[in-house]
Amino acid sequence: MTESENSIGPATIGKCREALMHIYTYLDGEVTQEVRVEISRHLADCQPCDHAFGFEAELKALVSRSCCESVPPGLRERIASALGLT
Amino acid sequence: MADQAKFAEMAMEHMPALYGAALRMTRKPADAEDLVQETYLRAYRGFGSFTEGTNLRAWLYRILTNTFINIYRAKKRRPQESDVEDVEDLYLYRRLGGESTAPTGRSPEDLVMEHITEAEVKRAVEELPDQFRIAVLLADVEGFSYQEIADIMEVPIGTVMSRIHRGRKALQKALFEFGKQRGLVDRGDGAPAPATKGSGDRNGGAA
Repeated sequence: MTESENSIGPATIGKCREALMHIYTYLDGEVTQEVRVEISRHLADCQPCDHAFGFEAELKALVSRSCCESVPPGLRERIASALGLT
Repeated sequence: MADQAKFAEMAMEHMPALYGAALRMTRKPADAEDLVQETYLRAYRGFGSFTEGTNLRAWLYRILTNTFINIYRAKKRRPQESDVEDVEDLYLYRRLGGESTAPTGRSPEDLVMEHITEAEVKRAVEELPDQFRIAVLLADVEGFSYQEIADIMEVPIGTVMSRIHRGRKALQKALFEFGKQRGLVDRGDGAPAPATKGSGDRNGGAA
């Protein structure tokens, strides 16, 4: 880790704030190409932001994993029969 | 015009995802089954108005969401959006000590896995007010775009973004409360949780 990576000046803080402003839209794939590139570049340079973005991304993935369910036995047949598809 | 005979082949494969969403919405397996069945009945009856080649999955979710709101939501009073207190960005991350673990090289994945269980996530999702819960589910679990969610929920895209953002923050707050109850995190003042042992070298830390 070099000295410059550790020093946090006003320019860095501005970029961190801007990145954080877009954190959800970025993770949801809803930012423009330019913003995407700019944020990705910032994350490559800024370990604290990269870590925070990683946390939010992991939490989003955990929500997705946690909410998966399989269809209860019999439901498919019940619906097919209600629709007259059997 | 779509052919009703194609319905089974096209729509039935979406049942596991629809059931998962229905269970998070209704919170009860029996209600979720009824909601999914009612969704399929309505979709089947309306299949003639579905334009083939457009987004069938989003169309089914729109019917599911409407059916839930019309039938189940009316049943009892639920937490309202206005009941949710707004919290700052990175609420959970900061309280779990994310900022102090970042320089140690401990991964964000470990931070999540060490503090949050899948059962708690389910419970936290289920406790969100309906509109937040639906928006978060459609975004995070189903992976719909903001525009698709706006079409499904029949609200402007700005409303979708606000519901997703506020819903996620409320979710983080609930997860933090669960963590406190379990004693995994023991402070509410933003101080880092106690460090776990064996997390490797703490070199390069911010002194």
